[in-house]
Amino acid sequence: MSGKSLFEKVWEDHLVVPESGDNPAVFFIDLHLIHEVTTPQAFNLLRERGLKVRRPDLTLATMDHSTPTVPVSRLGDLEVVAEPEAAKQIRAMIENCREFGIDLHGFDSEHRGIVHVIGPELGATQPGKTIVCGDSHSSTHGAFGALAFGIGSTEVGHVLATQTLLQRKPKTMAVNINGTLPDGVGAKDIILALIGKIGVDGGVGHVIEYRGDAIRALNMEQRMTVCNMTIEGGARAGMIAPDDTTIEYLAGRPMVPQGADWDAAVERWLSLPSDPDAHFDKVVDLDVSNLAPMVTFGTNPGMVVPVTDSIPADSGDLSFGKALNYMGLKAGQPMLGTPVDVVFVGSCTNSRMTDLRQTAELLKGRKVASNVRMLVVPGSQSVKQRAEAEGLHDIITAAGAEWRESGCSMCLGMNGDVVPAGKLCVSTSNRNFEGRQGVGARTVLASPATAVAAAVAGSIADPRALLTH
Amino acid sequence: MEKITRIESATVVLPMTDIDTDQIMPARYLTTTNKEGLGEAAFADWRYDKSGKPVADFPLNQPGAADSQVLVAGNNFGCGSSREHAPWGLVDFGFRAVISTQIADIFRNNALKNGLVPVIVDGEIHGWLLDNPGAQVAVDVVERTLTLPDGRSVEFPLDGFSRTCLLEGVDQLGYLLARDEQITRFEQQRTWQP
Repeated sequence: MSGKSLFEKVWEDHLVVPESGDNPAVFFIDLHLIHEVTTPQAFNLLRERGLKVRRPDLTLATMDHSTPTVPVSRLGDLEVVAEPEAAKQIRAMIENCREFGIDLHGFDSEHRGIVHVIGPELGATQPGKTIVCGDSHSSTHGAFGALAFGIGSTEVGHVLATQTLLQRKPKTMAVNINGTLPDGVGAKDIILALIGKIGVDGGVGHVIEYRGDAIRALNMEQRMTVCNMTIEGGARAGMIAPDDTTIEYLAGRPMVPQGADWDAAVERWLSLPSDPDAHFDKVVDLDVSNLAPMVTFGTNPGMVVPVTDSIPADSGDLSFGKALNYMGLKAGQPMLGTPVDVVFVGSCTNSRMTDLRQTAELLKGRKVASNVRMLVVPGSQSVKQRAEAEGLHDIITAAGAEWRESGCSMCLGMNGDVVPAGKLCVSTSNRNFEGRQGVGARTVLASPATAVAAAVAGSIADPRALLTH
Repeated sequence: MEKITRIESATVVLPMTDIDTDQIMPARYLTTTNKEGLGEAAFADWRYDKSGKPVADFPLNQPGAADSQVLVAGNNFGCGSSREHAPWGLVDFGFRAVISTQIADIFRNNALKNGLVPVIVDGEIHGWLLDNPGAQVAVDVVERTLTLPDGRSVEFPLDGFSRTCLLEGVDQLGYLLARDEQITRFEQQRTWQP
């Protein structure tokens, strides 16, 4: 009998009814994050059936996907600055939260922001919790040792009504990441390299646990970047065992337990890491000692190369050819020097203080190239406020970049922040799918450092060159 | 949700691998607050040109596609975003089953809640289906089988619970609501409170 993994400990702690024969487990959810895009149909379901929200106290609501990133000081502004359909959806969210008794971090809240940024920021995200959201990047919260995954709107309705979900136990995958990261290479490069290695379907059916000294060396924001893109490797959830870094991050946050409850919680959290003899269904190793900054060249995150490499030779695969054709790139072409039109720093992947500090540090004393529009969008209003207190916005705007209100923004272009057709955007977001940032838009995924290097050079460039400046 | 026991239909084939839910349902259509009418928007950026005219050689625009209930797609169909608008759009278009060698986890979950049967087949059967668009196939939910025109019949994985939900046309919320007492007991008896 082998020991238990972090995942198994959290899984077993939330079984209201275990799996049996044909029937899936009834699985309890500790934190339900909701936003305006994937909830209207779920609230409709509750209304149709005359149901209440079972645990408004375990429901954290905000607006992020279709919200404008220009200032909205009062709701009346919405019709002016937002798309009509988006404005309607935002109003529906406000109305639904009011009707069902859920506190909403709306335009008047200093805590509004991307749902995967504010959960951790408020301390609502905690080790050992089960966390879901109608958003696939819910995997972000796994950085704290929570079991967190994305669900569809029907399941959002299930959680609103019952605080439970029907679940089958997934398989587990250990991803051991070791070595010391070279300068100029970061968490984003780790996860891009991993997806390149396992493929965009490598994790289907599995929950990943990220382990190893390279993971231990990351701060919480960097760990969130890694866990965030777990879904891009096909796995719904990615977890990192809680340690002193986790506890230090959470201490003093508004929604964590207080006093003696805090001590008890810390003791429980530190008992969660996988037992030494825990079994995993699959094991993957990645050494990052010689890792280079990574950039994508195609239309999924698995189509990725070191920035100094060329695009691989044409494999003859239908999707490969279609991707390069869409991107306006050729097999065998070097990535360095590819002209860039737009640079986006933001999204639930890379919009936290670590990312903005690095962006400002590298932009300091430099200018965004004249052919490039650069947009920097903080992950939350609270991140924005902290960044401004440190003067980061002054450096960013002095370099010629735009500094915005928080939101998902140009990651998926739902709020009017779009990349024009045929234009190439180096983006710190998570998806380079066709049309993701706007119809016909071309996306190159990269770290904040690589994004800055591209903005300054006006073409894809190696961020390591900026370090010696 | 309508009951689904057996689907007999000609296939529509999209051979690309890793078709993500941003292709199935682009983000600009997610501002809707209901589920209806999304069939028009399914694969919008592949289906229509810049002026909004149908792209002539796109499979969903071929004669007969509108009557098809079975979509055959390349490996790892439905990856990416959790948007349930993707299966809503496919079902609204008329599809009742999707066949591939692998279907992404969240998409699969969402599909099963909307009467869209996810059918996983091996590489050989998949290859034949990709090579023969428009083939008349049968997806039998009772038997959990896919039958090809030449009579070959293969089983596909479908857990008993999901199968029952498809056959009876029920969603799972009723099942969860009936567990109310157990949920209350769990909430009261757990050793820590979230």
